[in-house]
Amino acid sequence: MVVPLAAAPVIVLLRHAALGWLLACAASLFAFGASLALAAEVARVGAISYAMGNWPPPWGIEYRIDALSSFVLVLVSAIGALVAPYAWRSVAAELPREQHYLYHAEYCLCLAGLLGMAATGDAFNLFVFMEVASLAMYVLIALGRDRRALLASYQYLILGTIGATFYVIGVGLLYLVTGTLNIADMAQRLPEARGARPVLAALAFITVGISLKLALFPLHLWLPNAYAYAPSAATAFMAATATKVSVYVLLRYYFSVFGPGLVVESLPVPGILIGLSAIAIVSASLVALWQADFKRMLAYSSVAQIGYITLGIGLATADGLTAAVAHLFNHGITKGALFLLVGGIALRAGGTGFERLRGLARAMPLTSLGITLAGLSLIGVPGTAGFVSKWYLVLGAIQARAWWLAALVVLTSLIAVAYVWRFVEAAYLSEPAPGAAPAAEAPASMLALSWVLVAACLWFGFDTSFTVEGARRAALLMLGGAP
Amino acid sequence: MSAFASHYTYWITALLMAAGLYTMIASGNLVKKLIGLSIFQTSVYLLYIAPGKLIGGTAPIVSEAFKVYSNPLPHVLILTAIVVGIATLALGLAIVVRVREAYGSIEEDEIVAADAGRGEGT
Repeated sequence: MVVPLAAAPVIVLLRHAALGWLLACAASLFAFGASLALAAEVARVGAISYAMGNWPPPWGIEYRIDALSSFVLVLVSAIGALVAPYAWRSVAAELPREQHYLYHAEYCLCLAGLLGMAATGDAFNLFVFMEVASLAMYVLIALGRDRRALLASYQYLILGTIGATFYVIGVGLLYLVTGTLNIADMAQRLPEARGARPVLAALAFITVGISLKLALFPLHLWLPNAYAYAPSAATAFMAATATKVSVYVLLRYYFSVFGPGLVVESLPVPGILIGLSAIAIVSASLVALWQADFKRMLAYSSVAQIGYITLGIGLATADGLTAAVAHLFNHGITKGALFLLVGGIALRAGGTGFERLRGLARAMPLTSLGITLAGLSLIGVPGTAGFVSKWYLVLGAIQARAWWLAALVVLTSLIAVAYVWRFVEAAYLSEPAPGAAPAAEAPASMLALSWVLVAACLWFGFDTSFTVEGARRAALLMLGGAP
Repeated sequence: MSAFASHYTYWITALLMAAGLYTMIASGNLVKKLIGLSIFQTSVYLLYIAPGKLIGGTAPIVSEAFKVYSNPLPHVLILTAIVVGIATLALGLAIVVRVREAYGSIEEDEIVAADAGRGEGT
């Protein structure tokens, strides 16, 4: 986590595109290796705690890695390790050369912030990392070529800061009640103050604040614009990681700090979450159907997929949470793969509007095949990663006797079929538009890295030991009370 | 009345918070929105700092002479939050400058109108 953070200012000082890129790659690969090692260690010995600056918790800032956070760390750093090398060609095509080193620096900051959010055990420290990551993201979006990227970035800045500030208000109220900022310590002291009004207010503030960050249905307005206009590599990274880490924060607060007893049993939180998620899934899927731009369509589909994740959280059963955590991972790799491939299209076809995709399969067969496969995973076809988590979601819904939810998940998957079909139709079944520039296959480096993720979508569809067991461990840990 | 008077900082906090949020929602001017954001964040600083103060308290110096001291932690936290707030504001203003270069306006409705003619997909 420290490595990307330290790498960022060095890249700025170097002011050199290639060196900056190399350093960014090295930093993210190192982070990936470190988080794999951490995950293995956590699986073996349980939660690891590291006291920053040797101040023992709960006074000092504690870094605490347990089953849930190590899972998220692996996802974030894996995507990071793939997107960093990918960025070379993609950024070269989309940004003026003198901005390259800035892109790589911001990318490192963003990665560091997201990893820090997952690793920290301190409520206020989490806010700081959230802002590090978000500020870097605002810049990444604003680097987009289109001038609307600026407006998207501004919107996201306003909404994101409101979200972060709401979160701080919540943390402040909790601090007033418990006198501690350490998450584990807070969880122990909260039962004494059960039902106190500041605690409920804190819960409300944190829920709204984090929901803004993770783009839960009525608070998702920033997301489609931000994803559609950001540079391709940045979109792939944000879509696969940023909202997922926010989901992690929400899970952490609901189940580690407030505890399922307060959130699930005595408040209508699950009902609200399920209701909003259901609306998110249906409305965002339908809106996605009518988008004229493929990248924008995928962005709306992200809103819907986040709905599935929060639906799992709302069920608040072991299966529901397993589904939520597994879908967090599976959707991360699926959307990562899709946006990386779309980056290749943007590079070669000059845009991602559907009219430009006509007949694309002839010019870019591998890209099209990859998008189709990842699209199948988005739908949840058996044999792909998306199926596994949706299967658990349906199981969880049936166990909770929420038949209409199970039906909803299946029905909305059909809408996903429709919007993925739009790509297949455009790419495979349409004649190329007359006069369109002949597009070539995407550069090999970009294609290879995208295919790693596509392969991962398929791999985790067959071999579920890592995702499902990791998710189940995390789910049981959360339901078991404080970590 | 005394409960109202003794908790006056909270009333100010709530007032600032509402004022800031309202400015962000109601104003169409991008700079004014940022001012609202700044007011909103400042209210949170007050929320943290006010409870840390004890009347008659001193700085937390370990000494026999001082018995009552203020909690320093909220101050430190808010110092961090202020830095974050400045960074956000600076970035926000930088984006507004670039918006003005690209669109020639910082009024939200004019910008939306400028984009409306260009169609959806790019």
